Amino acid sequence: MNLSDVLKFSIDLLAVLLLALGIKGLSKVRSAREANRLAAVAMILATIGVLVDSYGNLGISIDAWIWIILGSAVGGLLGIFTAKKVAMTAMPETVALFNGCGGMSSLLVALAVALFPSTESTGELSNGFVEIISIVISVFVGSITFTGSIVAMAKLQGWLSTPGWMQSKIRHAVNIGFAVLALVSMVSLLMGGNSGLWLLVVGSGLLGIGVTMPIGGADMPVVISLLNSYSGVAAAAAGFVVGSQLLIVAGAMVGAAGLILTQVMCNGMNRSLVSVLFGGAIGGTPSSGSSGSGEYVNITSCSVEECALTLEAAEKVVIVPGYGLAVAQAQHTLREVTRALEGSGIQVTYAIHPVAGRMPGHMNVLLAEADVPYEQLKEMDVINPEFPATDVVLVLGANDVVNPQAKNDSSSPLYGMPVLDVQEARTVFVIKRGMSAGYSGIKNDLFDLANTSMVFGDAKKVLGDLLLELKELGISGKG
Amino acid sequence: MSFLSEAFWVLLLGSLLGLELIGKVPPTLHTPLMSGANAISGITMLAALTLIIKAGSNIPLLVMGSISLGFALFNVVGGFLVTDRMLAMFSRKPSRK
Repeated sequence: MNLSDVLKFSIDLLAVLLLALGIKGLSKVRSAREANRLAAVAMILATIGVLVDSYGNLGISIDAWIWIILGSAVGGLLGIFTAKKVAMTAMPETVALFNGCGGMSSLLVALAVALFPSTESTGELSNGFVEIISIVISVFVGSITFTGSIVAMAKLQGWLSTPGWMQSKIRHAVNIGFAVLALVSMVSLLMGGNSGLWLLVVGSGLLGIGVTMPIGGADMPVVISLLNSYSGVAAAAAGFVVGSQLLIVAGAMVGAAGLILTQVMCNGMNRSLVSVLFGGAIGGTPSSGSSGSGEYVNITSCSVEECALTLEAAEKVVIVPGYGLAVAQAQHTLREVTRALEGSGIQVTYAIHPVAGRMPGHMNVLLAEADVPYEQLKEMDVINPEFPATDVVLVLGANDVVNPQAKNDSSSPLYGMPVLDVQEARTVFVIKRGMSAGYSGIKNDLFDLANTSMVFGDAKKVLGDLLLELKELGISGKG
Repeated sequence: MSFLSEAFWVLLLGSLLGLELIGKVPPTLHTPLMSGANAISGITMLAALTLIIKAGSNIPLLVMGSISLGFALFNVVGGFLVTDRMLAMFSRKPSRK
């Protein structure tokens, strides 16, 4: 070991330590921001480590510097631009896009090594068989991650919708076909020769598309989280390809942590990973026969004016924000309404279901963006006992997470899912565009209850009108 | 074989560490955590970097390495910044009305 080896070793060790601390800290609210920065510092350190090592051992040519600077400048600047510009509501698709690019990077590294095996780029891996296995895994996972993430992003953006046949059973046959294609090309690669390489790229790419395409709605974040875990696996495989311990350990950490996060998300939605991946939407098949469907018999709808009058007379108001609010980007208008209410002495809290928003935890981000004080956000377990003492609940574009069926009806597909007990409150207003079912595709018993009134309309529009009505009643947000 | 056996130990221990690190995550942090872990997965930039440095004068390899580095850095830089943007919103918690 010469000096630069020792230096490189110490830097790598420190980088791994910081990455581990970073991942650990990201799971706690208090330390999350510092943890994110720690991880970023770790990445910079790791980069310095590679540069120091290469410089000490074989030198870095001018050519190499030029291409390094070119690649990192373009990627880095685009990254900065995207991160600054993107709207908070567009977070799910942004994460998917970043993730897909990580997968693409691993794919390209493996491809480059496979296509130009004569160069010295393969590190210390003398064993050819292991090298080719690493390349195969890296190409396979990298390609799935890339196409899957791009499809996820396009679907979340609304650029792609789900073709009808994708909801049917045919898709399983098609996907198995893609998987077999990928498998055959893998075997041919392992037997020697490069002929299967492009087949593998295409086969696994199509598999990524085929698996992600039928998935929609609240399941999409779970898939993104899973793809994120895959991109970690792809990074670890790339680590085997170029012979980097640091890459292997970091990739493995992200892969495993992503898997756990995926599991936690599934639990929050009362879904199993298998049903997310292979089941399609809960209501994917028309659920006419299930007990959950049926006609509404006792819907009360009311005007914004009535809603404002009731709110004015309330002492304790709980807001239940949901997917509809996020889609309508109404969080700022909501904040103005709650400011008005608070201004006249009404106590306002927000009930946050674990999967509210467009992805788990997304609602907290959106409300934080609209400057809602953190301590007003109450999680489900905290807020549920408070509903009986609540005068008015405003449900904004949330549906399944407030369905009493989850508690009362053991034959309901929702049964067992943790929900907000909003029906315990004196009055419930549900702001919703129409009577369409929520993501699960089943009827919401809440809407039929005597203390529930529906206010039909787009969340942003209704909240805007509500604000005007409140001002007419002499309630304004100046307080 | 020494690198290889070491590499498998590293893979095993890294996976266990990852499983251990994420125990209980409050739902509040699911989105930022996903985004942060996502940024870390862009660590393949190191592989791209290694590729370029070892490419010598092989132009196709240099170009592929550079593109790969670009994709990875987009992931890393964008991922960390956007995570920081989200977390910054949480941290201004003391109520200022």
